[in-house]
Amino acid sequence: MNTQVQVWPDRLFETLKRGGIRQVGYVPDAGHARLIERCRADEEIHDVALTTEEEGVALAAGAWLGGERAALLMQSSGLGNCINMLSLTRTCRFPLLMFITMRGEWEEFNPWQVPMGSIVDPVLKLCEAEVYRVRTPDEVAGTAERAVQHVFGGEHIAAVILSQQLIGKKVWTK
Amino acid sequence: MSLERRATMAALLAERGGDLLLVPGLGSTTWDAMAAGDNDRNFYLWGAMGGAAMIGLGLALAQPKRRVVVITGDGEILMGLGSLATIGIQKPGNLAVIVFDNGVYGETGMQPSHTQNGVGLVGVAEACGIKMCLDVRDQGGLDDLARRLKSLRETLFARVVIAAEEPPRVLPLRDGVALKERFRAAIGIKP
Repeated sequence: MNTQVQVWPDRLFETLKRGGIRQVGYVPDAGHARLIERCRADEEIHDVALTTEEEGVALAAGAWLGGERAALLMQSSGLGNCINMLSLTRTCRFPLLMFITMRGEWEEFNPWQVPMGSIVDPVLKLCEAEVYRVRTPDEVAGTAERAVQHVFGGEHIAAVILSQQLIGKKVWTK
Repeated sequence: MSLERRATMAALLAERGGDLLLVPGLGSTTWDAMAAGDNDRNFYLWGAMGGAAMIGLGLALAQPKRRVVVITGDGEILMGLGSLATIGIQKPGNLAVIVFDNGVYGETGMQPSHTQNGVGLVGVAEACGIKMCLDVRDQGGLDDLARRLKSLRETLFARVVIAAEEPPRVLPLRDGVALKERFRAAIGIKP
């Protein structure tokens, strides 16, 4: 991962806090590492480590039934694990806010990341999600704010795609 | 002599109290819950196989002052076995996950499930770190479970051995949006 300190994850965390997010489900991910760390350290937020991303789709539905807002953090490969569970979201019109870090689209060393990474956008559109793509650090917080408004203002599904250029390429030698 | 599913559901929901929120898993447990009496605080599932326990977790975290009870089948929990691991590290004191285990997939023609062939759900739940795990096999065990449910204070998992039978379906509302809205309204959440 990039060794330089990035500020966008902190801005994103503050946006989620301002947006009233109280549950954050995630499968550990290098691109979301800082954001996950901030969520874990926050007393108001229930950070819920998942074994697979589809658990997070059901978690977010339960949170909304109970009057809380949730967010789901995942890597592009995790979206594939969510597809059938998104039927719950769509049938019941649950709000769902996803932040997806991309793999397999830019300077990807691991070809096994490419098949799912290459179909993230069409899959999301087929699942009736609003897709916001972010390429530069400056766009992250503002885009996240719009996504929060869209999702919870009208019980919609939205995904903020954090592109691989933004995350930085994975370093394979240690 | 294993327990009869409709009577078991009715026993668990008798005098349920306004603070009990129920998430029944898709298929038979949803029909059982409806047969026990419709309630706005039931969020019936017609799909989302493997998701019942996680819906319960999200709800339990959001509503710490209410008891959240997930009652689902062996096939449904097998599809989301990882959720027991996720619940095992969260351990909300107001969440109970109860599995009606008849060892078969009732909705699809009574094909055997893994539990009929040696997979033990109580052992899985224990290994996931859930401390209160019950294996309910008779009326005495059911009475004990019902009593513990009334004063739920720690995460509870129970496997209830039920007979493989197919009582007539009792179908609840199918409209997911309506189910969601009436549930939220019943617990006082503004639209």
